Amino acid sequence: MEKTMNLTLRVWRQKNRLDVGKFVEYKLENISEDSSFLEMLDILSEQLVEGGHEPVAFDHDCREGICGMCSMTINGVPHGPEGGITACQLHMRHFHDGQIITIEPWRAKPFPVIKDLVVDRTAMDKIIQAGGFITGRAGSAVDANAMPIDKQTADYAMDAAACIGCGACVAACPNASAMLFTAAKVAHMNSLPQGKAEKNRRSLAMVTTMDGEGFGGCTNIGECEAACPKGIPLDMIAQLNRDYALAQVKNFFQPVL
Amino acid sequence: MNLDSKIPEGPLESKWSSHKFNMKLVNPANRRKYHVIVVGSGLAGGAAAASLAEQGYNVSCFCYQDSPRRAHSIAAQGGINAAKNYQNDGDSVKRLFYDTVKGGDYRAREANVYRLAEVSSDIIDQCVAQGVPFAREYGGYLANRSFGGAQVSRTFYARGQTGQQLLLGAYAALSKQIGLGKVKMYNRHEMLDVVKVDGHAKGIIVRNMISGEISKHAGDCVVLATGGYGNVFFLSTNAQGCNVTAAYRAHKRGAGFANPCYTQIHPTCIPVHGDQQSKLTLMSESLRNDGRVWAPKDKETAKQIREGKLNANDVPEDARDYFLERKYPSFGNLAPRDISSRAAKEVCDDGRGIATTGLGVFLDFRDAIARDGKHAIEERYGNLFEMYECITGDNPYETPMMIFPAVHYTMGGLWVDYNLESTIPGMFVGGEANFSDHGANRLGASALMQGLADGYFVLPYTVGNYLGEQGVAAAGQVTTDHPAFAEVEADVKGRIDKLMSINGTESPRSFHKRLGNIVWEKCGMARSKAGLEEAIQEIQALKKEFWENVRVVGDADSLNPELERAGRVADFLEFGELMCRDALMREESCGGHFRVEHQTDDGEAKRDDENFTFAGVWEYKGDETVPALHKEPLIYENVKLVTRSYK
Amino acid sequence: MCSLCSFFKSTIGRKILMALSGLVLVLFVLGHMLGNLQIFLGAEVINAYAHKLHHVLPSSGLWAIRLFLLGTVAVHIWTAISLTLDNRKARPQGYEHDKPIQASYGARTMRMSGVILLFFILFHIAHYTARVVPSMEYGEEGVLSETMVPLVKHGEVVMKEGEPIMTFNVNDMMVQGFDVWWVSVFYIIATGLLCLHLSHGFSSMFQSVGLRNTLWRKRLDQAALVYGWVVFLGFAVIPVACLTNILEVDPTGGAAEPVAAITETLHK
Ligand SMILES: Cc1cc2nc3c(=O)[nH]c(=O)nc-3n(C[C@H](O)[C@H](O)[C@H](O)COP(=O)(O)OP(=O)(O)OC[C@H]3O[C@@H](n4cnc5c(N)ncnc54)[C@H](O)[C@@H]3O)c2cc1C
Ligand code: HEM
Ligand code: SF4
Ligand code: FES
Repeated sequence: MEKTMNLTLRVWRQKNRLDVGKFVEYKLENISEDSSFLEMLDILSEQLVEGGHEPVAFDHDCREGICGMCSMTINGVPHGPEGGITACQLHMRHFHDGQIITIEPWRAKPFPVIKDLVVDRTAMDKIIQAGGFITGRAGSAVDANAMPIDKQTADYAMDAAACIGCGACVAACPNASAMLFTAAKVAHMNSLPQGKAEKNRRSLAMVTTMDGEGFGGCTNIGECEAACPKGIPLDMIAQLNRDYALAQVKNFFQPVL
Repeated sequence: MNLDSKIPEGPLESKWSSHKFNMKLVNPANRRKYHVIVVGSGLAGGAAAASLAEQGYNVSCFCYQDSPRRAHSIAAQGGINAAKNYQNDGDSVKRLFYDTVKGGDYRAREANVYRLAEVSSDIIDQCVAQGVPFAREYGGYLANRSFGGAQVSRTFYARGQTGQQLLLGAYAALSKQIGLGKVKMYNRHEMLDVVKVDGHAKGIIVRNMISGEISKHAGDCVVLATGGYGNVFFLSTNAQGCNVTAAYRAHKRGAGFANPCYTQIHPTCIPVHGDQQSKLTLMSESLRNDGRVWAPKDKETAKQIREGKLNANDVPEDARDYFLERKYPSFGNLAPRDISSRAAKEVCDDGRGIATTGLGVFLDFRDAIARDGKHAIEERYGNLFEMYECITGDNPYETPMMIFPAVHYTMGGLWVDYNLESTIPGMFVGGEANFSDHGANRLGASALMQGLADGYFVLPYTVGNYLGEQGVAAAGQVTTDHPAFAEVEADVKGRIDKLMSINGTESPRSFHKRLGNIVWEKCGMARSKAGLEEAIQEIQALKKEFWENVRVVGDADSLNPELERAGRVADFLEFGELMCRDALMREESCGGHFRVEHQTDDGEAKRDDENFTFAGVWEYKGDETVPALHKEPLIYENVKLVTRSYK
Repeated sequence: MCSLCSFFKSTIGRKILMALSGLVLVLFVLGHMLGNLQIFLGAEVINAYAHKLHHVLPSSGLWAIRLFLLGTVAVHIWTAISLTLDNRKARPQGYEHDKPIQASYGARTMRMSGVILLFFILFHIAHYTARVVPSMEYGEEGVLSETMVPLVKHGEVVMKEGEPIMTFNVNDMMVQGFDVWWVSVFYIIATGLLCLHLSHGFSSMFQSVGLRNTLWRKRLDQAALVYGWVVFLGFAVIPVACLTNILEVDPTGGAAEPVAAITETLHK
């Protein structure tokens, strides 16, 4: 038979960007262990609406771990303590009856809180806009098989491209560094032959924007990697460091930007 | 309503090229004088916005998520079709065309489908050039797989994340244009209405979802690529925010809505676990390559399994009904989606369903593991098994998976002509939002293809043609100062005020759930005249209740998910009724639309080609008036209509 | 912006500088440790080593090396401070329920270990290089005895123009220095912290310059641990040996008996 549990939630409530915000405690009863974490929050919402209160605002969309929209820190860990999954993939069977669960928004200066658990992550889009693309105007492409790519390279690019842009890496990092995210993008595009032409520009432009948006630097401690739902490894940051350094050397002798 | 499909003259193979030649061009220097509004940043919208900006047009792009990269295209797992014939296994543009028409149960427009097949190759080239990391073989060339029962291997894929990788490609191109200032991106903005000036679509009204501000946007034309309406069923594999609002608003302003009853139900989803569920999860169709679908032969066994008294593994072989293999010996477990889904429903209706709700059947890997070894199965499906275990807590290596059909895709949508222009001039519709090229049923891996075909290779031409026809003198002439904008804006605001002021007792979510129940029961996998008539009545009553008793907490001038949902549910309510009307009108069974009155003796769908070879296009006539039906006859010059058989 | 400025301004650029300065320090520390360990080979050997260090280059060269090392430390500290400040700014508000997921203790405490190391380095220079730590000066007031001794090689006093070459009795300086228990304790703690600093830093510097991947990460992490422990043990064994009297003062600087006599006479 289905098991249920009673929980105490401590949720960050903040009306808008300017509000100071605070934790509010809620009691929930009879939550099925088969529910997902977000379904549990849906139940809380319904309960609040019934009482005429505003529900907790949180971002979510696909609810299957791919859109990267859901974003909350659960008991101190972005996306929750299970690891390797997003908050929407987390299920209540990993919690126990009577547990107190603390839910906080992503914490980072470049991610201002919009409301409750909803933060503004457009800074990540800006990094992409600076250089996270391979220019290929529609209509200008050669045949897809004209350029064979060895499987190892293709697989590596795919590993990097698996990033869903959720920002958990930033949220987990005590420095709010966006290195893992930026590195995943750079590693994906710089390692493919198609991406070589813009490699140096890309590395320089994306890092400059990343710093400019107010993300912190990397201290190589790996919290990002542990929080990342898609298993993006620190290797990619090493590659970013390398590609950036080489681009700087190039740029010193012959400006590329 | 004018349903001129504008199919170009000439033989099928040269229609698109001669049409491109005949189009009006806009001088590159003049393009910057035009402003195109694109609503949606999925494969269709993202690709269109990026391509139009690359050509030199100024573009404003809107999406309701916090980033264009999160459009629901991202969730597609399986792959994308293209007639590359890299496998040398007999594929061709013609075959892809033919398969798509047949798969759609002969309810799609030939010329459009042919064009889709024609540009499919270009899509793959384009995506690879953008760095989409498709799977490759050791030799370095692209890998393909056979998908959804196709007899050739024409599906390109990127692990289980094809949609995400394709969308990231389009998003990257779009981002470049945003960075260059050619595209102005409006994240977290929801389109709530279309503005027409002199009959042409010239703008939209949007709500800033953070500040609640309602704003007017004018352009020289509008492209809608707002995705499908599967969420009318409340539970579906769609993202939470997927909605019909944009399309339905356009419909109310004069765009014909075609074939709303064509919905696709995917057979391999994880069953519903209880009434708190918010979303259904798709398990890749590829699982059916090795898994065997079964249910207990008798009800008593099924009951014991449901109550947890009997373990599925202990059910002896002769007490199992491998119903797909039994009914469709030649296709077996790989029978097409609509057919497999219906077969599962029959079993459950028969009282032999499993899972706590009785709404589920087994997908069993026991034999495959015994045959190929656990390792081989792990190699093939490891991450899917993990995903299943993550959601259900069961280990599919040890106990059989449970699956049940769920709403997945909607073939219906706004009617468009060959140029993807709706019945509102200047309003183009791409991707899942249009009534598309899939007829009454979509083949696996063809939606991504269609979205990108529309976005990269069709809209950039046909939008340019429209703008060229309008002439450069007209460019940028309509501004938001035009009184039409204020009028529509007032409507939008009025509606929001109304929603906020009802102050009833029931949440929008609860209404949505109730609507979902009605349409799933009566306009889902099997539909009947009586059921549909009831459904229409029930929806009307529910709609009335909604406008009297909905409770929207919070306020309108800040982020308010309740208000967002309320607006969407209000549109779903009206749309749900339209969907049922369409299903009622279509007195035949075809593709995803199954009318119990129209089946063969052994329960297979029975088409009525004589009377229903048309697209049913609905014209909005007023809130209290029955919509008017128009028909676009479908003329088949190149394929012969035959009965689909998978036996 | 000039390309060099942009490099120094970027977080990655500064981190690379930190790694490069760290590398210099890592190599220096290893050399320094190996040098020090020669004390176990006898006063003669360590004194000769110290003598060589001071005389193999002209004094300007010696100062160049010293300045280079100080500069390296300065770069290391500047990058540490400026990055730390930037990083603090990027995360003005932390989590209430704050819990590290995988970061090692060493990695999380780099700043703490670094700051203590800085104090240690300052003390260390004051102690043994400048010899200005109160109560530890030479002669009457301090614990260190006046220790100029002849340079000894293979048991023979090395003579130059008939005179024995005189040099510091580094052996006694170390032994007497470490005979003060709290100096030894501080020294052992500091080298422990160095071990902690390096258990992360050694591998981290490869990451910072982009020379690490999953395969090598494991190896480098292990190497870092080994290196950290080697450095710790290599340094800590000396004060321990002093405190336990395994190492003793040797006022002759290691010269055999007859030589000691010579020294006696020379002193007179
Ligand atoms: C789970 C799943 C798996 C799938 N797998 C496959 C597969 O393997 N192969 C395949 O070919 N197809 C697959 N499909 C189908 C395919 O993914 C979709 O049909 C296709 O991606 C739709 O693309 P689109 O661009 O039309 O719409 P979407 O990607 O849904 O984009 C809609 C856009 O419109 C915006 N929008 C919507 N409403 C508004 C509004 N009111 N105001 C402002 N913006 C709005 C959204 O923000 C979004 O940007 C799958 C679908 C699902 C759900
Ligand atoms: C002077 C006092 C010192 C201070 C204040 C200091 C501080 C720091 C700090 C803050 C870091 C960065 C850690 C991070 O990014 O997480 C660091 C890294 C490092 N330190 Fe030190 N440190 C000092 C001395 C030393 C010494 C004596 C050595 C070598 C023997 C050393 C070797 C390293 C190395 C190798 C790194 C890693 C560089 C990298 O991550 O790229 N440090 N130090
Ligand atoms: S690297 Fe991982 S944690 Fe960071 S944004 Fe990408 S998927 Fe999310
Ligand atoms: S809601 Fe899409 S990843 Fe969680």
